Amino acid sequence: MTEQTLKTLDRARAARQWHPVATSDDLRMRHVYHGQILGRELAVWRADDGHVNVWENRCLHRGVRLSIGINDGHELACQYHGWRYANRTAGCTYIPAHPADAPARTICNNTYPATERYGLVWTGEAPEGTAPDAPELQHAGNHLLVLRSLPVNAPLHLTAGHLADYTFYRSDHTRPATQVSTHLRRAGEFQVAVDWTDENGTSALVFFLQPTDNHRTSVHAVLATSKPPDNPLQRLKDHNFAMSLLRDRIEQAARQHPTPAAFTVASPRVSEALATLPKLAATGRKAPLRVVVKSIRDVATEIKAFELISVDTQLPTFQPGAHIDVHLANAQVRQYSLTNAPGQTDRYIIAVKREADGNGGSAFLHQSVRVGDTLAISLPRNNFPLRRDAVNTLLIAGGIGITPLLAMAQTLKSADHPFHLHYFVQDQSHAAFPQLLSTFGTHISMHTGLSPEQTRTTLANTLEGYKPASHVYLCGPAAMLSAARDLAYRMNWPDEAIHFEFFKNTTDVTTDQAFTVELARSGLTLTVESGQTLLHTLRTNGVELPSSCEQGACGTCRVGVLDGEPLHQDVYLSDAEHQRNDCLMTCVSRARSEKLVLDI
Amino acid sequence: MSLCNDPVIRNQWHVICALEDISPRNTHTTLLGESVSFAANTDTTGARAWRTDAPDTSLPVTCAYGYLWTCLGTADKPLFALPEYAEADRRNVCAATVGVRVSAPRAVENFLDMGHFPYVHTGILGEQPHTEVREYDVTVEESTNDVIATRCRFYQPMAAAGADGGMLVEYIYRVPHPYCSVLYKSCPSDESRLDVIALFVQPVTEETIRAHALVSVIDENSTDLSIRMFQQTIFGQDKPILENQFPKRLPLDPRAETPIRADKSAIVYRRWLSDLGITYGVIPAAA
Repeated sequence: MTEQTLKTLDRARAARQWHPVATSDDLRMRHVYHGQILGRELAVWRADDGHVNVWENRCLHRGVRLSIGINDGHELACQYHGWRYANRTAGCTYIPAHPADAPARTICNNTYPATERYGLVWTGEAPEGTAPDAPELQHAGNHLLVLRSLPVNAPLHLTAGHLADYTFYRSDHTRPATQVSTHLRRAGEFQVAVDWTDENGTSALVFFLQPTDNHRTSVHAVLATSKPPDNPLQRLKDHNFAMSLLRDRIEQAARQHPTPAAFTVASPRVSEALATLPKLAATGRKAPLRVVVKSIRDVATEIKAFELISVDTQLPTFQPGAHIDVHLANAQVRQYSLTNAPGQTDRYIIAVKREADGNGGSAFLHQSVRVGDTLAISLPRNNFPLRRDAVNTLLIAGGIGITPLLAMAQTLKSADHPFHLHYFVQDQSHAAFPQLLSTFGTHISMHTGLSPEQTRTTLANTLEGYKPASHVYLCGPAAMLSAARDLAYRMNWPDEAIHFEFFKNTTDVTTDQAFTVELARSGLTLTVESGQTLLHTLRTNGVELPSSCEQGACGTCRVGVLDGEPLHQDVYLSDAEHQRNDCLMTCVSRARSEKLVLDI
Repeated sequence: MSLCNDPVIRNQWHVICALEDISPRNTHTTLLGESVSFAANTDTTGARAWRTDAPDTSLPVTCAYGYLWTCLGTADKPLFALPEYAEADRRNVCAATVGVRVSAPRAVENFLDMGHFPYVHTGILGEQPHTEVREYDVTVEESTNDVIATRCRFYQPMAAAGADGGMLVEYIYRVPHPYCSVLYKSCPSDESRLDVIALFVQPVTEETIRAHALVSVIDENSTDLSIRMFQQTIFGQDKPILENQFPKRLPLDPRAETPIRADKSAIVYRRWLSDLGITYGVIPAAA
């Protein structure tokens, strides 16, 4: 290199390009790789399903580097407080300090696009187009050997200049003194290609420059040979030796120039909603997601599993216990639990049982929905969150009530938390997802063909001997669920250890009496007429509230009660919660007193 | 190294060394980016401190709570009170001094935080699956302007050097100084008393500290050595986490990080630092 003023790196322009950040081999199983592009630190990790994640290297909570976190194959957990972030979405799925809460869906780390090409992992802040071509590496029949990448303490343009002048004299006396010659093919800002000729013949050598920072560069190199190299290890050693010598020359040259200042990189701010303590999001019953039915499988008698994939965007993060509303073409809205395993973030899997006496939702899905159809669904919502701080977890499912518990069982199994799943079914052919069930091994007990009395006895045996920090999750038909819940109370399970989800509200809901509600925070006083629901009255008066099942089963439309005595009519709250009279479900609850004061 | 031009921090007393480590020979340390020297007095008790480049002008000193404190500006008020230190039956141990590449407020915030116990101090101050941080209360006390967190409860498998088996431990945290915090916790050997653990942070620069610990406990059984080993294990576990926090200075912009209910004390501490007008060791919120 001749003495000249160094060209500087245009950060704004470079931010729009793809850059290599690691070799594909750097992303070893369950490893988290610390990468850096243009001064921005990145946590780069591969999930067990092969997906490469490139994230801001910072936990949103307290700024600890995620590159020191734990990759469990499905999720990345922060070392500091154990927050868990999902594969692909980087959405937070669990906050251990508040094990009873489902984290706000919007807690989501910054992700950057990632792709693999020529044995390297590529990313960028806002890259346009696709990862760059290297024509030398694209010849059909060429064999690619990714060499060891070298970090260089020198600016990118200085490094590129030296690579264009790449020469190497071998002074290794242990091997025949074959002359190595290099010949420049092309030199670009971020890519340099040379022909390398040695005793093995001529091969194309392409260097990709990674702008680690304003004053630091990493050089990735890929060698293309026409036949598979007979001694790849020797090739790797030769090139590592040659490139190390070149690095010494580049760093020596860099010392002749003033070192450019490191880039200042702003950490993205979190949304205003996350900066304050979390509140309930205000949305109506909306279906913002469009999914395509990828497959429909029979997973048991009368039960079909639907795999739903997104048309364009990444599906939002979900947590075990979450459900979605499916808006059907026959104008019905039905709730289905996600059965997914943690990290299975590329699709939603629901299971639908055909109800002979149901009012058409399941029949419609079974008969009319086909692979390739588009469905409108809500964001996943979790009113049945799984605590992961239990010493032991009992999962009790009846029939199709298995669905949310499948997600929970897979989560507990993946984290190696103690749990046992009891599955009550009519007969073996009614047990959904038999293959998945078999993976639970000794953690599952099947109870088939029991009479109501036998079911009671089995439940009683199962719930006997409550130990502190145990939790039980119940989902199934109303009769079984109520029986199990009453048994648990009788066997001294505390209220907060019993978690349940009804499919539907089978109690008789009245809308007879009119009553008055005062909205403490909105400053409104409204009358709920007979024949109208509180939820409907609120919405028609411009008060936006989230809702889902709208029959008092799912808990989505819950609001706080400040004064007055509600007539609950829901099956979401426990008896103790009903007695506290501090919240109600706006879709079915009414007033026993003349007036209610609500915390909205 | 940039010098500290934050008047609130310049006028504070800052810890520089354990008294038991001071000898008549000159010793050097760094405080707020400036080189400071100190030595034990040979004729009287106590010690003398001075700027290394101005040996003839003495800096003000205070000997308190087992440590030597000095002030590079004008010490406008005495060091905060810690009356428990003077109780006759207490064991007072200068238990640890650990250098950490982080800002002083990040270290204080870590000291106030219970949520990390099961993950960072596994098997000692916390243990999975007992990860829940229960509701607690935080206020800024009117008379003293100290931040106080009360009713803090956490399951701990081995809360102190003298502890034997797990228990739900109750804590009170107090922040009487921007860079110091005092923790009062249930005493395993006497239900009516509280053990005291104090963190005194020496701001070496804006982004480097020395964390000093005072342990003041009612415990007849533990040796000084075992108390030190316990405290140094705890600090040693915190160090790699704190050194991987980014940015190193504590961001006071509420939108820089995501708080949860368990972080109430950190939210109040950050707001309190903002209200005091502190700029050293923090990234002030944009006005």
